[in-house]
Parts: sequence; C-alpha cells; structure tokens
Amino acid sequence: MHELSVTEGILDIALENAKKAGASKVTSINLMIGKLSSIVDDSVQFYWDTISENTICEGAKLVFTRIPATLKCQDCQTEYDIEQELRPCPNCKGYNVIITRGEEFYLDSIEIEKEDTK
Amino acid sequence: MSPIKVPVVEKILSANDRMANLNRALLDANQVFSINIMASPGAGKTSFILQTINHLQKDLTLGVIEGDTAPVTIDADKIIKTGMPAIQINTGGDCHLEASMLSDGLQQMPLKDIDVLIVENVGNLICPAAWYLGTHINLLIASVPEGDDKPYKYPNIYRGLDVLIINKTDLMPYVEYNIDYFRKGVEMLNPGLTTFPVSCRTGEGFDAWIAWLKGTVSNYKQGK
Repeated sequence: MHELSVTEGILDIALENAKKAGASKVTSINLMIGKLSSIVDDSVQFYWDTISENTICEGAKLVFTRIPATLKCQDCQTEYDIEQELRPCPNCKGYNVIITRGEEFYLDSIEIEKEDTK
Repeated sequence: MSPIKVPVVEKILSANDRMANLNRALLDANQVFSINIMASPGAGKTSFILQTINHLQKDLTLGVIEGDTAPVTIDADKIIKTGMPAIQINTGGDCHLEASMLSDGLQQMPLKDIDVLIVENVGNLICPAAWYLGTHINLLIASVPEGDDKPYKYPNIYRGLDVLIINKTDLMPYVEYNIDYFRKGVEMLNPGLTTFPVSCRTGEGFDAWIAWLKGTVSNYKQGK
C-alpha cells in the first residue's frame, strides 16, 4: 500500500496552488487517474480526511476521474479499451499494439474560495 | 460566494520526481552508472546481483543499495562478503523505494570509489513502478516459475523498463511456461525491450548480459 505518500503528494500540490491563488478555502480537488495507475480511491479518501485536518484543504472533496486504458492496433488500426487483463487486438488478434491512454496520474485542478470574493 | 476553478495539471508524484533528479545529478557528478532492479519476491534479485558482481569484479567496482520492508540485513551481508560496499535501507513497511530513501542511501555510499550502483528495490510488481528513483536504467527480473502471464496481469511495471531479465531458465523443462506468450505480452507493452534469459544457478546467459552491461557502462563513462 502506498496510498499515504500519494495522498501527501496531493495535499502538498493542492496547498501550494491554493496559496498562490490566494485561497481561503479549497472546496474540491480534481484528480485524473488512468486505469493503468494503481491506486485505491477509498484509501486515499481515508488518509485525506486525516492529513488535511487543520489546513485550508480540510473538508475538500476529492473527485477522481478515471481514464480507461486504451490500446491501438498498429496493423488494423482498431482501438479498444482493456478492463482487466491486457489482451491482443480483438479484431485481428495481433500483438502489434500501442497504449494510447490510461497512464495518467495527475492533479488537474482545484476549486477554491477567496475571502474577498462576493 | 461561488468557488473559483484553478488549473494545476501537476503530476501527483512530482515531489518524488524532483528528488529523483537530484539523485541522478549526484550519480552523474561521480560518474556512477546506476541500475534499479525490480522483481517479485523470490525472483532471484540478490542471486542475480551476486552473479553480476562475480562476473564483473575484475573490471568494475560495484556498490549495492538494498531496499527491504523490514530491518533485516540478510541481503546486504551476502554482498559485503564479496568485498563490495552494501547499504541496507529499511522502508519501514513501505512497499517500494522512493527517491528520498535512495537519497539517504547515496549519502552513505562511497560514490567516488564505485563504477556501478545497483539498487535492489522491494520485492513487488506493482508499487515500485510508480516511483522514479533517478537511476539510469530500470531493470525487471521475471522468473520462469512465476508464470508466463505476468505481463498481462501486471502491465504497469513493464512499461518503464530498459532491460528485462528472464531468470531461472534452467527450470523451463519442469514448469508450464510458454516463453513466446510471455514475450508477446512484453512486446505489447514495451516494443523492442532489451531482454536476457539467464539462470543464476547455472550461469547460463550471463555472458550476453555482462557484455551488454560492460558496453553500456563504458559508453556512459565516455559520455556517449
């Protein structure tokens, strides 16, 4: 399990960007996670509630956007998603494929409030 | 008051990556070529390192940093017996090494005296793949008895590899293992990956791996 260090990474990036933007509170954190990046949402949420306490991120909602893993066959150009195990091209059964998405692992944006915002 | 959206777009592990870049700079400043060795528990990481030392010690000085989840020094002790420096890092239960842990290990390693640094990551096929350490190459040892379906089940770790070792080839006659099926899976994830089938027990296949490593280290030292 490595969700604690991942959660700490999320908090550090969120706090730094919130401070730069002059936020008084962070309400939401949008995360983009590819299917090939292994992470357990519930564990991150669990750690989040603890480590964000007494920061301006306390109570912020973690929004996980899951990006499917997509492969493209270089022989017949078929694009297909993989849900569980890696598999060859469903059309021509070939192995000449490339991964086009699914490895994303980044913090996309935060939603903040400012004290002076009316 | 309505919330304001602030775009960020930053990798979640960017702090680790920054530390990894510092590790790389320190290694380069000392002209030390470094290898991050990953594998599942029991794939033969320590045996592979010992065989590599055995083949190389006339020509190059190696140092080894051992990552383990518990405070045991079994692996480091075996390396020290060969006369090469070894440092044990205990991850305190964590499933992988992070760049900051390697940084601590590098502080204790006599970098000026070694040519090649081997980092033995924690035995695990999932977590080490996500943490860049700053080493020059990532190497995975996949052993025959683990099965030929591992690239299909653990695609992540095969993505960032520079070298693949297929270990325990001497067991192929005794276990169900289709090497073509295994290599097809690897090819989907990492086309053209440099691969060496070896047996740490018999020494089979080591000549090709050692020749490749010597050539790569020599090119590195010449700044190629």
